[in-house]
Amino acid sequence: MGLDDLNHNFLTGTLEELVKWARRSSVWPATFGLACCAIEMMAAGAADFDLARFGMEVFRASPRQADLMVVAGRVSQKMAPVLRQVYDQMMEPKWVISMGVCASTGGMFNNYAIVQGVDQIVPVDVYAPGCPPGPQTLIHAILTLHEKIRTGAITRRRSDGTGAGIQISEEVPGWVQPRPRPVHVGTPR
Amino acid sequence: MSLPSFFGGFRVTLRQVLEPRVTRQYPKEKQPKPPRLHGRHVLSRYEDGMEKCIGCELCAAVCPADCIYVRGKDNPPESPVSPGERYGFVYEINYLRCIHCDLCVEACPTEAITESKMFEFSFTSRADAIYTREELLVDDDGRPQKLPWEDWREGDDEHTSGWMRATAPAGSAAYEGQVQWSGELGYGVRTPEGGQSGRRDDSRTGNISIRAVEATKIPRRAGGKVI
Repeated sequence: MGLDDLNHNFLTGTLEELVKWARRSSVWPATFGLACCAIEMMAAGAADFDLARFGMEVFRASPRQADLMVVAGRVSQKMAPVLRQVYDQMMEPKWVISMGVCASTGGMFNNYAIVQGVDQIVPVDVYAPGCPPGPQTLIHAILTLHEKIRTGAITRRRSDGTGAGIQISEEVPGWVQPRPRPVHVGTPR
Repeated sequence: MSLPSFFGGFRVTLRQVLEPRVTRQYPKEKQPKPPRLHGRHVLSRYEDGMEKCIGCELCAAVCPADCIYVRGKDNPPESPVSPGERYGFVYEINYLRCIHCDLCVEACPTEAITESKMFEFSFTSRADAIYTREELLVDDDGRPQKLPWEDWREGDDEHTSGWMRATAPAGSAAYEGQVQWSGELGYGVRTPEGGQSGRRDDSRTGNISIRAVEATKIPRRAGGKVI
């Protein structure tokens, strides 16, 4: 990105805040409902919970126009390459919310057909627990993502590999995996 | 296009302007929850401060998602943690596997694990989602620990695990409305839930009818109120 060359001063700092504010105020999700969690995702977008309050009521059908992928539901092995392709088609900057226990870890479907955690395919920013998470839990996850955008660097590039710091191939005996620093968010009232 | 047909297209929209607003401003206010909602677990204590968990691992055995990990240990004789022989010295719940089915609450012989009504939480890493015994255990006042990534509000820890109190023990309807459980630190003996028989005390169990919750969404011409 072009902002990489700029020195950090008052002007660019303010500009950075502005960019972050703009990004988190219009996070457009891609339509990616896979299972029953998608019903709750639709409920969050409907009038009762009204995701339009956060500038994200438009669930884009095209991944090129989306910033956020809400993986709502269990990801089967057959769906995994499709999900990765949709993620690859999205423009940077892009974020992923793993909604529900099936998307996050496989949940109760601990079997050969379901991917045990979508972070093995795409890097996940926020995990929303629950089976399914209610609309309020999803909104809480979205607010956590907003906080992550607000406190993160705007020129961040994704490192390759799995999300959530889970390393699969690099197994070194005696190596302690560094625990990622959690983002502690108080929900704004 | 003529003017009447122009406004005619907005007929449904304009009629809805006068209807009650249904949006719940979530970060400002929470939706009222039924008393039997399954939220985050708490490990409760007896009224004298002893832990209720005896480390029997029944909850881990019954869990359909395999999200609970318990290990029991003999109580130290000079400073016992729980009344009885053993206590759970490792207790972990992975909230990215838990499906909140409450089967652990039903299986628990000492009502050690119950569920609060807090369901608004999210994590930024998988490791955060594994709650240990220190995080699940209630504090010295008997209140659940409010972790920074959770959104506790007033009343989320008040009337917990109503389902257990409606059916316990053994899910038999004959025991409905009878207290078959021990007291809890900070709360005392909880009031039984009313079942389908009509014997109920809603003011003490925090039960709310779904009609009262949804009253603001009923259309005006059907008797709804505008707030």
